[in-house]
Amino acid sequence: MSRVHDMGGRFGDGAVVPEAEDAPLFEEEWHARALAITLACGALGHWNIDISRHAREKLAPRDYAKFTYYEKWTAALADLLVETDLLSTDEFLAGAAKGKSPMAGRVWKAEAVAEGLARGAPADRQSDIPAQFKSGDPVQTRAAGNLLVDGGHTRLPGYAAKAKGYVVRLHGTHVLPDSAAHRLGDAAQPLYAVAFRASELWHAPEDPDDEVVLDLWQSYLMPL
Amino acid sequence: MPHDHHDDDHPHSLLPPEPALRVKALETLLIEKGLVDPAALDEIIETYSHKIGPRNGARVVARAWSDPAFKKALLEDATKVVAELGFFGRQGEHVVAVENTNAVHNMIVCTLCSCYPWPLLGIPPGWYKSDAYRARAVREPRKVLAEFGVHLSDETAVRVWDSTAEIRYLVIPERPDGTDDLDEGALLELVTRDSMIGTGLAKTP
Repeated sequence: MSRVHDMGGRFGDGAVVPEAEDAPLFEEEWHARALAITLACGALGHWNIDISRHAREKLAPRDYAKFTYYEKWTAALADLLVETDLLSTDEFLAGAAKGKSPMAGRVWKAEAVAEGLARGAPADRQSDIPAQFKSGDPVQTRAAGNLLVDGGHTRLPGYAAKAKGYVVRLHGTHVLPDSAAHRLGDAAQPLYAVAFRASELWHAPEDPDDEVVLDLWQSYLMPL
Repeated sequence: MPHDHHDDDHPHSLLPPEPALRVKALETLLIEKGLVDPAALDEIIETYSHKIGPRNGARVVARAWSDPAFKKALLEDATKVVAELGFFGRQGEHVVAVENTNAVHNMIVCTLCSCYPWPLLGIPPGWYKSDAYRARAVREPRKVLAEFGVHLSDETAVRVWDSTAEIRYLVIPERPDGTDDLDEGALLELVTRDSMIGTGLAKTP
């Protein structure tokens, strides 16, 4: 089970094209607008970061592959706005709003932007789930996929599924995206950085002793 | 290409297909609806264009190179240390700093999306968000590094950090040789964005 965004390790993408450090931040003016409306709508509080990531991931694979970066953002934002009743498909079709939103009083004002960006949205939460592993412990990942919602959002990439590694550090207890992306609650649990040898992940590693480290929730892991 | 599917799951297909027009249509609807403030949009763009960028991260690195106690604290709890410098916020709520040495070269990717430490480095460059980088950085980091002009010796192990959670990683690049006499201000100029992602090295004076 996988979605199109889960591309770590994929073959066939060609060379990476570096950019000058002083290259324009936004290649096109509409890229900046897409970023800004996405952040401004997110500030209305109708979805969390996991819901917005999932909205991008559940674009049709042909759209995900065809769309450029900010087209994905825009499409996912449009879908979320309809899903949360902030805008309607009728308004999309008409290209015109039908009156003001009841949420209009909560719009993110320019003078609140700096404070809002500085506040961020921390993902650590209290949890009753004790840490099962400590630094250095060997662990194995389970099969990739969302245990709560079939085909749902998860942050265990396919390339690191069913792989043996070891715990590098404990990050504390964090919101579980598999739950939060589907409005099933924060379900915070211990989060670890887990290292995998390249030879464990790839058939023909460049150097078997190189490592990939992923941040993985306790429910993604089994003791070894 | 004409947009060839309309479905209930993806209302975005009802908007104009051309990207710039699509964003404009959505922005216009949102403003008419009172859901976004045009001045706030300008403020967001201004912030990431001129106020929040890799200069922030470079200040942290230059200080780490100059001040061993600071570096030790940064490696132990980067979130706390960078917050004290004012570099806390959206997409940088939890920060871990990793140090490049002769023995290990760290580099950062987000294979599932484009996670990046915004308060320290700003908005990620296009290549960081590209399919090619996301797909290849974990499987063949040395080839990817070579495409950036970075050639590592076999003695140096590569450690690629795939940002799968809300932890954002900052690479502390190796301090270049011949910089013993430089003060923090001069060192700052040697720290590049790519060196803090791990796809580049710091500049030599």
